[in-house]
Amino acid sequence: MHGHLPLDEFLVQIRGFLGSYYVALATMNAIAALYLWQTGKSKIWLRVGPIELSSSLACLAASGLFLLVSPIAYSVDPSLVDVISIPKPLRAGLDKAMTPVSYSIGTFFVLAVLFVGRRWFSRPEIAWTGLNLSLLLMGFSMTDQNFASVVTKPDNVPIVGLVFLLGFFTWLATRRAVLNDERAARGEPPLEALDSEKVLVWPDLVYTELICMVALTALMLLWAIGLQAPLEEPASAMKTPNPSKAPWYFLGLQEMLVYYDPWMAGVVLPVTVIGGLMAIPYLDFNKLGNGYYTITQRRFAYVTFQFGFLVLWITLIVMGTFLRGPNWNFFGFYETWDAHKVEALNNVDLSQHFWISLLNRPMPKAPENSDLLVKIVYVVFRELPGIALIAGYFTVLPPLLVIFPPFSALFRNMYLKMGFLRYMVMSNLLLTMALLPIKMVLRWTINLKYFIAIPEYLLNF
Amino acid sequence: MPSLSEIIRESQIWKSIFRHPMPVDRRNRIVVMLTNFFLHLHPVSAKKQGIALSYTWCMGGVTFFLFLIETITGVLLMFYYRPTLEWAYSDILALRDVTSLGLMRELHRWGAHAMVITVWLHMYRVFLTGSYKPPREFNWVVGVILLLLTLLLSFTGYLLPWDQLAIWAITVGSNMARAHPVLGHEGPGAALLTVDGIDMITNASDARFGLLGARFVGEETLNRFYVLHCVAIPLAASLLIAIHFWRVRKDGGISGPL
Repeated sequence: MHGHLPLDEFLVQIRGFLGSYYVALATMNAIAALYLWQTGKSKIWLRVGPIELSSSLACLAASGLFLLVSPIAYSVDPSLVDVISIPKPLRAGLDKAMTPVSYSIGTFFVLAVLFVGRRWFSRPEIAWTGLNLSLLLMGFSMTDQNFASVVTKPDNVPIVGLVFLLGFFTWLATRRAVLNDERAARGEPPLEALDSEKVLVWPDLVYTELICMVALTALMLLWAIGLQAPLEEPASAMKTPNPSKAPWYFLGLQEMLVYYDPWMAGVVLPVTVIGGLMAIPYLDFNKLGNGYYTITQRRFAYVTFQFGFLVLWITLIVMGTFLRGPNWNFFGFYETWDAHKVEALNNVDLSQHFWISLLNRPMPKAPENSDLLVKIVYVVFRELPGIALIAGYFTVLPPLLVIFPPFSALFRNMYLKMGFLRYMVMSNLLLTMALLPIKMVLRWTINLKYFIAIPEYLLNF
Repeated sequence: MPSLSEIIRESQIWKSIFRHPMPVDRRNRIVVMLTNFFLHLHPVSAKKQGIALSYTWCMGGVTFFLFLIETITGVLLMFYYRPTLEWAYSDILALRDVTSLGLMRELHRWGAHAMVITVWLHMYRVFLTGSYKPPREFNWVVGVILLLLTLLLSFTGYLLPWDQLAIWAITVGSNMARAHPVLGHEGPGAALLTVDGIDMITNASDARFGLLGARFVGEETLNRFYVLHCVAIPLAASLLIAIHFWRVRKDGGISGPL
């Protein structure tokens, strides 16, 4: 991992990939230009004399630009390659600025901005520009050895694909939802309801399926020929790799281990996620938005799901894969994975905050040689602040959300529609999900380790 | 003089397999959907909007097709690969370096990764179109179980190459079972199950031991994961896929505005 080659050797190694990467981007934009021009969908933005600056022309210009970058990437001349790289000081600055805090808050903030400004961001020309910029950023980063070695690790390649696929499909769905919501505001039916024509499955669906199968087979074959499946040294129970990582789709859970003990992150939370997903259809009483894309007609369900899926699941996987190095320490995208990096951990339990910092007293402790029952009473007494807090969070807070504004505007209607039991199940699932970001923030701000710390019985929460 | 294709299509063998003429006219396009085993999963007709790619993304279909690729390449790999400490690693090494059609391993591994991704995208689409709403609630539940099975299939398969990547990923993953409340020897409440001062839940009797068949990832684990990966989970997944498809039809086909 992160074996550092001399710069020229490294450039020779990646030039094949990078050169063809830019040719592919150029082709992509050329096809877009041709499509816009031929279908007449090209928009004219500006007229300068006889020249019309249109979206088709812009795609063609982008294509030409990528075509120029390609030979530079292929040149293996360090001074030339510098031109198509992110400047070194900027990379160092980004690494320095990136911490679990800035990464988590940053990704959340970006997604929130995209959501709030979805009408503008989902416009095809804006989305296309965004795609090109992110692909360019990716290409400019590939000339960094640290970045390249993490991203091109064979088992990490699918995650790069996942990020771009999710970006594309989220755009596609958002675009449709924005159009449908605008139509609904004008009192028109959703796009999906426009054409109720029925067609025969042979040939209309069967052929689509066949084409998908052929395309997928071709893609899988290309992928299999182009990228060798990883095979490391033979298994050895003696040599523990650092970092030891679970398969990539479980790295969100492994990341949770920073904030929760294994019994929570590895058992209770995954079971809750699966159970919570299954419960969705029985908790969502909203009859609108069945069978078409919409956001405004099911805002709460949409935002909750996107927060759980994109923020708490996907960004944690990305972080666990690309940004967690030896000893599960955090490293920036362009930072060397140094196994000797030391991070101070001075985390404090809530009970210590309460008894020592707040009341300025020693922690309650059972006298020596006392009975098991006495010991348990003392432990519970010691952890009472945390136990009360968590119990209140799950039992008292849900009714309070119904009663008091501003949340009552949202939750009162839910309570009335769902009834007590369903409402409590829904709110407890929601609060369990919310507890993870709450715990993250408390860790970052007051170094909170556990709400309830009972190491005597391995019960830390 | 009849052409060769006419001779074939008029022959008794052909007619015994396909009981109607080619689906080139409306009548036979309907009949083909009703008489062909593989096609009868589909309805005869569907709303044009419902089957549009921009609506369905075809991700459920792609996931199923990847499942087929995994089955075919997996069976071929089973002919070659032996799940023992002595052979597992060297068999994979040989698949990479010397065996004809060793590409099956690449196809199998990348197909597995792709399947995890497409099954997530399928769930994503179904959520975003609200297709889990009545009358499709139960099929969503079946889908969530299938999602879980996909992850477990991938997880159990991850161990089989028996390299450093494999055993340590499985070690990290299965260490969680050690902390299972009550049932894991390092989990909360495990100390409660003590009879006459003897712990009932130890590292040789807890949930992790049940998963691994040993106290650490070893040959018993390899065998256990191999059987789970090649037999138990695929069987369960096949059954649930059948139910999932059947319910799509019974719950009113592909979703659309009411």
